[in-house]
Amino acid sequence: MAAAVSLNNVDVAFRLADGGTYRAVAQASLTVADGEFVAIVGPTGCGKSTLLNIAAGLLAPFSGGVEIYDAGLSGLNRQAGYLFQADALFPWKTAADNVAIGLEIAGIAASEARARAQQWLSRVGLGTFGDRYPHMLSGGQRKRVGLAQVLIRNPKILLMDEPFGPLDAQTRQIMGNLLLDLWSADKKAVLFVTHDLEEAIALSDRVVIMSAGPAARIIGDWKVPLARPRDIAEIKLDKAFHDLHREIWQVLRAEVIKGYAQTEAA
Amino acid sequence: MGSVRLLVLQALVAVVAIVLWHVLTTYPVFGKILLPPFFFSNPVDVAEQVVKWFVSGVIWKHLWITLWESILAFVIGSVGGVLVGFWFARQPRVAAVFDPYIKMVNALPRVVLAPIFTLWLGLGIWSKVALGVTLVFFIVFFNVYQGVKEVSQTILANGRMLGMNERQLMRHVYWPSALSWIFSSLHTSVGFAVVGAVVGEYLGSAAGLGYLIQQAEGIFDVGGVFAGMFVLAAFVLVIDAVVSIVERRLLVWRPAADSRP
Repeated sequence: MAAAVSLNNVDVAFRLADGGTYRAVAQASLTVADGEFVAIVGPTGCGKSTLLNIAAGLLAPFSGGVEIYDAGLSGLNRQAGYLFQADALFPWKTAADNVAIGLEIAGIAASEARARAQQWLSRVGLGTFGDRYPHMLSGGQRKRVGLAQVLIRNPKILLMDEPFGPLDAQTRQIMGNLLLDLWSADKKAVLFVTHDLEEAIALSDRVVIMSAGPAARIIGDWKVPLARPRDIAEIKLDKAFHDLHREIWQVLRAEVIKGYAQTEAA
Repeated sequence: MGSVRLLVLQALVAVVAIVLWHVLTTYPVFGKILLPPFFFSNPVDVAEQVVKWFVSGVIWKHLWITLWESILAFVIGSVGGVLVGFWFARQPRVAAVFDPYIKMVNALPRVVLAPIFTLWLGLGIWSKVALGVTLVFFIVFFNVYQGVKEVSQTILANGRMLGMNERQLMRHVYWPSALSWIFSSLHTSVGFAVVGAVVGEYLGSAAGLGYLIQQAEGIFDVGGVFAGMFVLAAFVLVIDAVVSIVERRLLVWRPAADSRP
């Protein structure tokens, strides 16, 4: 089976204002198989979002290779949809227009784009909210619109950067279940970045752990042996969940402390 | 505060001001008229003058000229500001080269340009339009420049990931963002278009509200000056109301939080 995303020895470096370079990620290798849900977990500032931007083609690696379905990536990754951490909806478009825009710019007739946008809004539970502007929606509702906006284009790969980070705990759970629901329908390859280990285990097939930066590396890779379909709230009571959580946390804890110490020092 | 009560209080301010004006210009206080009518006129004379203008119909021609000059100044200045603003924001090198000159021209008091425009364009409407354009252009230009430069990087990246090309980004991201900045300055730029027209008329013309005021001043007709000012104020209020309606229509997507006291 072809890997949807394959990063080979990727190094990421940023030029600093004083002329030096900051090495954010070092020698990162990671593959996401077709239809696989992979979560990247790491302490704050470890460069996990950077790795996601590399896979999206928004950022070019300093060295190393990026392959999308066995083809080298140059420029933007046209097979991927990206759900951002910050609000990325167009504030001047209604929810329906925000969802439809991906189809409209691809040259699909406005009437059809609108009809399909309406279907997608219903799928994310916002069927009657189509004429609202983003500022009239709650944080969770905006994320739902964002999901519909990305998924309507039917990308083969879904990249998610702490998408539920700003939401409260209950809303996160609901959004997590919604995401699993939508994902199970056609099993896209997912790369999901989060700092929340519980969320990572509950959602994904594999959990990848990154060390604290600078020069963050991938230091662990666990398969999640939990059956699907899952319910995010209930699976957290499962014994297998606890065992895995304890095992990964052993590794992650040291990095979190290191990362925290560095952000304090900075 | 209830809207009726607010309206009553607002009207009360005008009534008190006019009554004070009338009393102080008509009745002696301690044997002396505090505001001599020669310098301050009085509300009755001013009202008479305004009514006379409207009854005889002479005012319409002047109002029409001023309105037309303001509209032309606003449209030409805005189109220019939008085009140059977009161009500079997308070409930082061009912006850097022209930066000192933009600042220089913007710092210039526009009144000193009026004689030059009169020489170049004559005493007709175009010298007034030109003056208004120099005012409107910079307001719109700076706002478009800011609007395009300060587009959220996340929204821009989202547009790219959704498959937008440069032209589509322009239409769906840069343009609406710039538009919101233009509209937030719409009241100012429309106001300046009127200022340009009236000041231009005042400095040399054959028609318009500025011309009326200047003519009255020339024969020490203070009542005429005040009457011209009142008509001008009412004119600006009407234009401002129209702008508010247009704004509300076009910026429905913006949260209304900042309009609450």
